[in-house]
Amino acid sequence: MIPAAFDYVRASSVDDAIRLLGEHGDDAKLLAGGHSLIPMMKLRLAAPATLIDITGIPQLDAIRVEGNRVTIGALTKHAALAASDALKKSAPALWDAANQLGDPQVRNRGTIGGASAHGDPSADYPAVLLALDATFTLIGKGGERKLPAGEFFRGMFDTALGAGEVLTAISFDAAPKSAYVKYHHPASHYAVVGSAVALTLNDGSIGAARVAITGVGDAAFRAGRVESALAGVRAGDDDAVAAACAGAASGQDARSDTFASGAYRAAMADVFTARAVAQAAGR
Amino acid sequence: MAFTTMVGARIRRREDPRLITGRATYVDDVKQVGTVYAAFVRSPYGHAKLLKVDISAAKAHPAVLAAYTGDDLHHAQGLKTSLPVAHKMADLKTPPHYMLAIDEVRVVGEAVAVVIADTAYAAKDAAELVEVEYEQLPVVVDPLKAMEGPPYVHSSLGTNVAFRMPFAAGDTEAAFAAADEIIKQRIVNQRVAPVSIEPRSMVANWDAGMQQLTLYSSTQIPHLLRTQLAVVLGMSENHIRAIAPEVGGGFGGKLNVYAEEFVISWIATQLERPVKYIETRSESFQAMIHGRDQIDDLEIACKRDGTITGLKLRIVGNLGAYHQLLTPVIPTLTLLMAPGCYRIANIQAEVVGVFTNTMSTDAYRGAGRPEATFFIERAMDLVAQRLGLDPVEVRRKNFIPNTAFPHTTSTGLTYDSGDYETTMDKALNIVDYAGLRKRQAELRKEGRYLGIGLSTYVEVCGMGPSAAMPAAGWDSATIRVEPTGSITVLTGVSPHGQGQETTFAQIVADELGVPIDSINVIHGDTDKVQYGVGTFGSRGTAVGGAALKLAIETIQAKAIKIAAHAWEANPDDVEYRDGKIGVKGDPSRSMTTAEAGFMAFMGDNLPPGLEPGMDATRRFEPPNFVFPFGTHVCVVEVDAQTGQVEFVKYLAVDDCGRLLNPMIVEGQVHGGIAQGLSQAMFEEVVYNDDGQLLTGTLMDYAIPHAEQVPHYDLDHTVTPTTVNPLGIKGIGEAGTIGSTPAVANAVMDALAPFGVVHIDMPLKPEKLWLAMHAKTGNGRAR
Ligand SMILES: Cc1cc2nc3c(=O)[nH]c(=O)nc-3n(C[C@H](O)[C@H](O)[C@H](O)COP(=O)(O)OP(=O)(O)OC[C@H]3O[C@@H](n4cnc5c(N)ncnc54)[C@H](O)[C@@H]3O)c2cc1C
Repeated sequence: MIPAAFDYVRASSVDDAIRLLGEHGDDAKLLAGGHSLIPMMKLRLAAPATLIDITGIPQLDAIRVEGNRVTIGALTKHAALAASDALKKSAPALWDAANQLGDPQVRNRGTIGGASAHGDPSADYPAVLLALDATFTLIGKGGERKLPAGEFFRGMFDTALGAGEVLTAISFDAAPKSAYVKYHHPASHYAVVGSAVALTLNDGSIGAARVAITGVGDAAFRAGRVESALAGVRAGDDDAVAAACAGAASGQDARSDTFASGAYRAAMADVFTARAVAQAAGR
Repeated sequence: MAFTTMVGARIRRREDPRLITGRATYVDDVKQVGTVYAAFVRSPYGHAKLLKVDISAAKAHPAVLAAYTGDDLHHAQGLKTSLPVAHKMADLKTPPHYMLAIDEVRVVGEAVAVVIADTAYAAKDAAELVEVEYEQLPVVVDPLKAMEGPPYVHSSLGTNVAFRMPFAAGDTEAAFAAADEIIKQRIVNQRVAPVSIEPRSMVANWDAGMQQLTLYSSTQIPHLLRTQLAVVLGMSENHIRAIAPEVGGGFGGKLNVYAEEFVISWIATQLERPVKYIETRSESFQAMIHGRDQIDDLEIACKRDGTITGLKLRIVGNLGAYHQLLTPVIPTLTLLMAPGCYRIANIQAEVVGVFTNTMSTDAYRGAGRPEATFFIERAMDLVAQRLGLDPVEVRRKNFIPNTAFPHTTSTGLTYDSGDYETTMDKALNIVDYAGLRKRQAELRKEGRYLGIGLSTYVEVCGMGPSAAMPAAGWDSATIRVEPTGSITVLTGVSPHGQGQETTFAQIVADELGVPIDSINVIHGDTDKVQYGVGTFGSRGTAVGGAALKLAIETIQAKAIKIAAHAWEANPDDVEYRDGKIGVKGDPSRSMTTAEAGFMAFMGDNLPPGLEPGMDATRRFEPPNFVFPFGTHVCVVEVDAQTGQVEFVKYLAVDDCGRLLNPMIVEGQVHGGIAQGLSQAMFEEVVYNDDGQLLTGTLMDYAIPHAEQVPHYDLDHTVTPTTVNPLGIKGIGEAGTIGSTPAVANAVMDALAPFGVVHIDMPLKPEKLWLAMHAKTGNGRAR
């Protein structure tokens, strides 16, 4: 696997990264953990002229829990999320995802910022970040803007990130009753289907639910119908939960590959969503 | 019997410290001054005319030294450009197979041109500058379609059928006429890829002064490679050196000689520079041989009591676009093993080899035998299911009894030794078969689907008698007792993970009574080692180890003569006892092999007529194959909601005769099961109808991670063989052969309540889920 030639520069701060992006133009790419970008370069599916390494930028790799608000720096590695007790308590769905993502090597290099910016339709975090209704902080030449997850993830390898922008942080309200359940692809170990659920419970009945699914469509999506159907359902009533989760992927043009057809993926979205609901409710 | 301290012991592999501390030398670790790098331009189409191959832009790249097309090689003086295929088949069609395509490409990944540059990066960049114009031609990837007519992979042949081999034994029609039941089933043995961790790797160097070509290649057969280099390049074989340094996995994928090996060797002679080529994983998926890919149509005639009376069989082997070294031979091995460990007197069969626009199939761990074991072991379960019998009882009814060995099968093989029922009963005992069946019945009531699968395999290996092989089947060993008493072993086999540096040292340590650390086992270098055939077909120890045993005997005989002379004793009264030379009945006299070896070196006190020096080269020609066997039991639970399979238990009771090192045997079995199980569950090379390879990376082609395979319980029985002086059978492929049907039978057993008879591999959850939901819609049986 032999990439084409490229230049390599290091950014010392977010401002520096923005400056370098401006300087090197469209042919430049930010480099975080490199675990999506470099495989593509090795296959020569991507051939950026310049890599701007942002891993040296200080203070972008913290997990902060302040009251009910959780903020995660874009350079936080999967392994740090997977090892965080604070995250396990405040947003176990994200902790689940980090623990099931890739393998130890990948988790030790890859970052939540890179995984989000990449927009991979089978990636784990997009479902979780949608279910957590996370806010993305983007900084560019024109300053800072904040976008909700629902606007950030747009399509296959497509996000709202502007050409000269850096994703610096992701934040969300704590969701202690949340879970992410994943159907691992036997080869890639990405999600064939991944369901993220964040619930509130009143006396054993589901109050509000946010449900998001990855792996099935062109991008992760909120399963709005399931969310409304879950309201009021007793969390311990498996049949009622299953009924509410039926058709979780309806309206999606489910993808097929050599492992699983779209129809099967859609059917599994129901099953894994019900499992995620049970797991979240049990927390 | 020699005294034994080493043989039979769990000696740790001497190979491992260097392998696990990064001190091993693989081909890519071979650094030579002035090395240049090759990149191949490969066809993106499954079938196309080459209208133009223009290498001028690539040649103009500043880092490029040279570039060549198929025509360039074809016109190069003395270069015989069609690649070898080893076979003894009368009417085999062998279309030309060029090193670089000429006029036409017939498979995605076929090399069209090669570019040589200062760095691997520049070579790859320049390869992108080669301009190729293709005119796409019709593609055929399905062998059943290809058999019927056009489009033809090789239009000059006017057919895609490379050979048809009919076979008949007994009176099959009569057996079918008298049968109580006839079961028909098509069983597809899907195409898989070897996926050695180290892809094909090679570096060639031409020493113009010495007129010597040296090729380091990640190969299982350095000597056969040297011979083929001589033939194809038209060079003198004694000026060629082939070296297999550390080889990072072969599995049959490197039991071959590849276009790239010839191309870079020839270019090295042209440029007088070392030329290196390490293929990428994507290239490896396209251009290393694939395995299996058979469509087997079975008709089984049986009596109501489960006795199988006849078998009709059509084996269609998808050969791919060209013959590689052993391509056409593989499906014929399937026919040989069709009866498995059962008495089936009446067989009527046809083997058909078919060209398609896919990569060549060839030997992949098991090579033709797994396909046979798969269908015959599935057949046992199909018969049991149809007749409402226990699969154990159907097997028991049909086993060749342990009193019938040696046993000649209807397909003409003579099984050396076996005791199938004892091994099966041992396995059933260990897993508590009756208890498992009870548990299965209970769980079914709860809507949980446990499946219990058996495979009672026998396989043919220790390849093999030369008369039965497409090329030589013997092997060789040299032992040198060095003046200071250390011992050098040169083996003609070429181990690459099988552990013979350890097991061969164990044998020598015991027999010659020397410390194991004083033995050095050398292999894989044609300038160091006498000609040997190589490592494949579970032959390394069964044939190479047997040759070693002969060499030991020659050394012992000479040492006895030297000691007898020194003691003025009659050589007939002198013997090897517990690894030392002594006089029969006189414990006071003893001499070590090292002492005798030193006397042989000094040469001043030898019996008259005896040559000085102590070394011996011997070759072993096996009188027959060996036939290891065993019973594998797999227990799975299938999740009705998803079709996902969970392994509950896996037991293998194998019989490979005498165990030289149980730990190494277990290692071979572990790896073998992982690969066989993986074929049952995960792996499949998929070409679409346009001939595009859809499973060209490890993102799509599933090689299991550790957590995807179960814990293995292992046990064994010991039924020695008389085929070789060590009493051993091969164990390199047994795990792969035995495991695939055990897993498939377990899954099918789990799904039996849904009326499932057979589902083809890989047993992907979606297929199982569909089968469980097709009738009921809810994943509950009934
Ligand atoms: C073997 C393997 C298995 C994997 N398995 C999984 C899996 O199971 N599930 C899963 O979800 N993922 C998986 N991944 C992907 C992994 O999560 C990557 O780490 C992640 O997708 C990319 O993060 P990164 O930090 O490596 O980003 P990089 O590869 O460095 O960058 C990816 C893209 O994001 C851009 N980018 C990076 N950071 C920023 C930023 N802060 N602001 C703006 N743009 C940015 C880059 O320019 C690039 O376009 C796997 C990867 C590998 C190699």
